[in-house]
Amino acid sequence: MSSANSLATPTWRGDLDDRVGKYLGRSHRSLKLVRGRETVIYAILIASGLFSLLITGAIIYVLAIETVSFFKSDEVTFANFFGSTTWNPLLGGTKSFGIWALICGTMLVTAIAMSIALPLGLITAIYLSEYAPRGVRNVLKPVLEVLAGVPTVVYGFFALMTITPILQWLHSGFSVYNAASAGIAVGILCLPTVCSLAEDALQAVPRGLREGAYGLGATRFDVSVKVVVPAALSGIISAFLLAIARAVGETMIVALAAGSLAQATLDPRQQVQTMTGFMVQMASGDVSNYGTEYYSMYAVAFTLFVMTLALTMVGNLVRRRFREAYE
Amino acid sequence: MSNPITLTDEATAIEPRPRDGRQTHFAHSRDQASEPTTLAIGVRDLNAWYGDFQALHSISLDIPANRVSALIGPSGCGKSTLLRWFNRMNDTIPTAHARGSVHLGDTDLLSRTTDVVDLRRRIGIVFQRPNPFPKSIFDNVAFGPRLHMKLSRTELQDVVEWALRKAAVWDEVKDRLASPALGLSGGQQQRLCIARAIAVGPEVLLMDEPCSALDPASTLAVEDLIFELRRQYTIVIVTHNMQQAARCSDQTAFFYEGRLIEVGATTTVFTKPKQQQTEDYVSGKFG
Amino acid sequence: MNRRDPIKTQVRAGIDNDPEGPLASIQLLSGEPRRKLDARFRGLCVTIAAVSVLVLIGLLASILLQGVPSLSLTLLTGGPEPDPSEAGIRPAILGTLWVCSLCALFTLPIGVATAILLEEFQPRNRYGRFIYSVIQLNISNLAGVPSVVYGLLGLTAFVSMFGLFGSRTSQGGGLEIGIRYYDQFFSEGMRSILIPVSDPSRPVSEPVDGMQGIDTSGNPVTLKVISVGEALPTGDALQYTLFDDAEAGRITKKAWYHFSLPLGRGVLTGALTLMLVILPVIIISSQEALRAVPSSLRDGALGLGSTPWQVVWHVTLPSAMPGILTGAILAMSRAIGETAPILIIAGIVYISRAPQNLMDDFTVMPLQIFNWISRPQEEFHSIAAAGILLLLGILLSFNALAVLIRQKLHKPLS
Ligand SMILES: Nc1ncnc2c1ncn2[C@@H]1O[C@H](COP(=O)(O)OP(=O)(O)OP(=O)(O)O)[C@@H](O)[C@H]1O
Ligand SMILES: [Mg+2]
Repeated sequence: MSSANSLATPTWRGDLDDRVGKYLGRSHRSLKLVRGRETVIYAILIASGLFSLLITGAIIYVLAIETVSFFKSDEVTFANFFGSTTWNPLLGGTKSFGIWALICGTMLVTAIAMSIALPLGLITAIYLSEYAPRGVRNVLKPVLEVLAGVPTVVYGFFALMTITPILQWLHSGFSVYNAASAGIAVGILCLPTVCSLAEDALQAVPRGLREGAYGLGATRFDVSVKVVVPAALSGIISAFLLAIARAVGETMIVALAAGSLAQATLDPRQQVQTMTGFMVQMASGDVSNYGTEYYSMYAVAFTLFVMTLALTMVGNLVRRRFREAYE
Repeated sequence: MSNPITLTDEATAIEPRPRDGRQTHFAHSRDQASEPTTLAIGVRDLNAWYGDFQALHSISLDIPANRVSALIGPSGCGKSTLLRWFNRMNDTIPTAHARGSVHLGDTDLLSRTTDVVDLRRRIGIVFQRPNPFPKSIFDNVAFGPRLHMKLSRTELQDVVEWALRKAAVWDEVKDRLASPALGLSGGQQQRLCIARAIAVGPEVLLMDEPCSALDPASTLAVEDLIFELRRQYTIVIVTHNMQQAARCSDQTAFFYEGRLIEVGATTTVFTKPKQQQTEDYVSGKFG
Repeated sequence: MNRRDPIKTQVRAGIDNDPEGPLASIQLLSGEPRRKLDARFRGLCVTIAAVSVLVLIGLLASILLQGVPSLSLTLLTGGPEPDPSEAGIRPAILGTLWVCSLCALFTLPIGVATAILLEEFQPRNRYGRFIYSVIQLNISNLAGVPSVVYGLLGLTAFVSMFGLFGSRTSQGGGLEIGIRYYDQFFSEGMRSILIPVSDPSRPVSEPVDGMQGIDTSGNPVTLKVISVGEALPTGDALQYTLFDDAEAGRITKKAWYHFSLPLGRGVLTGALTLMLVILPVIIISSQEALRAVPSSLRDGALGLGSTPWQVVWHVTLPSAMPGILTGAILAMSRAIGETAPILIIAGIVYISRAPQNLMDDFTVMPLQIFNWISRPQEEFHSIAAAGILLLLGILLSFNALAVLIRQKLHKPLS
């Protein structure tokens, strides 16, 4: 074995070796100091980690106490809140707080939105994941990203100024503010969400499964629809749940395009008010800070929060399960 | 095999190894392989687990100072696990735990109270794949010294030059110390990682298959380097390459399925192994 | 078998070669319908993809058609005037700038710190692992909470601060610094004279002869009060003379560092509320960026005797920085477009100038746009469209910046 000749230049050796020996022999940095700093930093990190728990706690606390003040009011009863479909908090004489009117409006808009976003989103995801040639992918992905990044107030404008006139042109029964227009806009808004989450789920399905099916002579359609989609089903369901939660909580579109008349109707041509729409109405009007109608905003928010939390929680749990299955 | 050049001074007496981590080891070079050796790392009855899976069964092993010890054995037999317990790299794996004793001098390496940060400065490690930081060559080598010592700019330059010379890459990189380390070839990167490890002045150098990602020429360079470095460092090397173990180690330990089957002078293990399994493995019948 | 399917014939031939084999009696289905289905599905996919591109084009076209005619310099320089031809979005642009920079200032450190905790400081015991998984689940759930709910949280937690500090009115109240109260008189010489007020909860001052005040340029003056019907002095004295029935108005002067508790509906509240909205987004994207750093780099640094924080600070964080920045920019563009929470805490108010201090009232671009859309007049709708164009322009340049950072700073890591 030959010795490494770069070491063979004698001029530097004694010199540099001695010097570096001295440096390396010097006392090292105080470990105590390093440890102390480490502890402080760790404490800061933990504090910021706990901050997110604090936010959740604060949301629940705030909504709960204000909702309690709402129910304490003489004008409100549980039976009225949970049993009535008349939401009429502002008119003096005939106040009624039947949350079902708002829930119904929310459901209607969400249903319309989802009947657009779920099928289109899923099919686009299948296309992107299983079919699309690279060129199409390179166009479609940025388009979806742009659609996802557009502020919701812009979709509201689109609904009010473009979708509604088109609907009215198609059928004269549509009123200026209507559930269909808002629902369609919310659907467009949710489409990228569904698509990218569902595509993630499809991509997570192991290659081997596809190859196995192709090896048996399956067509692309067979592989996508009969093999990949069932394998990714829980991931897709989670994508759907998260998209529904997003639609339920969507605010500006419905505030602009759905109207402000709370009514329990299934007619998409009518105007409806959603839970979020009511909150915007309260915030943009001049309402005294302490009346029952002010607190009703919190009761509605609490209902909304419980609904979306349940959806996202289940969605996230399903997604986590799904990921564990394939990773 | 040419006679390696004496690197430091003429001192021949073997002094006790520094324990407090403050002295340098430069006075403790060893000239002849025949001299009696001191113990660097002592392993007694070490059992190690990943979760419920027991990766090491009752290992007892002495790693002599200023020698190259090779750990060999088929894949998955626990060589890396043992090596990573020597400097507690296994602390980064949440499920890993161990029972038994591993001592470096007086320091109990497995104790909860042992300061792993100081420990890892005393026991350096080189990994299978070269893993230079995405920084300049200089900053890579200066990384450790900057953490542990207060050095002036010129002192730092001295340390970097010294470490790069020791790792036998100085001539290749001296003109581009400021360029990114990821631009080096695999072999150069690996020697850079060795330079990075010795720049903090460790006592022991652990190497986990340091040549497995390298081409033959780079492998030769790193082997030369290991041979050279053993004068000042205790080296433990994991390898799958029998020739490599035979060429550059003084002691060889053979592992199989988490158990230490045989340990002894490299020549003995390779020429007159006591165990049948060892013979089968070194002669290439399995593994 | 009335159709000759080439594949089928081939396979058939293979089977027929072995007349005794178990497959010999099987009738193969034609592959034709399946292939047709495949082609149809592909057609459907392409149609739908085309539709989504068309929708985007329609969206942009409808906004461009309405907005381009209203794009003008007035839009950039004007305030929200009631006359559409003079209306502009400048106060809202500046409000967005204030709120979003403050928001980034608060959110980035907390978000990145949380991501570092979750990714780089893995717990070693079961208890710690449980807490981590709770935090992780909590963050993904927070990301799904509707932003309007954060608005309500901001309303109680920041605007009124649970009523802990009392409520703030024009009479003072709460805790305040950097604010001065004055009673303002107009002298008979048509000059405004300010009387400093030490206790804003007391009623407005009455004019008293010999009262000390300051004039508009800050010089001290002594007031001369005369009864109604007395003759007015002449010359300079007129400027400091009041009738004894003169009435003052309470005004305030705020320094740039003005601060008060509860926070009220100011810029700071807006920033804090937006922080709640985008914090989960920043945490999740930072986590992804950290996860992308190869663990061999961490091992390398640990093996040299780095402490966990040193590993993060010197190795992981610099390597993850491009990813973190990209995520942060995308999160900020979400914050810029966020309307509902700001609407809840700030309401729709007439704001004609940029915020002057952290407590100052404000509006933001999407809120101003919302305001214009909800007006009945057509002209405001096209101004809204022009405002949307501006907003989209800003967001698009943010996205471009993110892409640029991703490409420019992204170095291979191993
Ligand atoms: N992080 C881990 N979690 C669980 N089990 C592990 C982990 N790392 C290693 N093991 C298991 O421990 C055993 C020993 O692994 P080790 O990496 O020490 O083997 P090795 O001898 O280094 O193999 P190789 O030569 O392939 O590197 C193997 O069976 C391996 O599957
Ligand atoms: Mg190994």
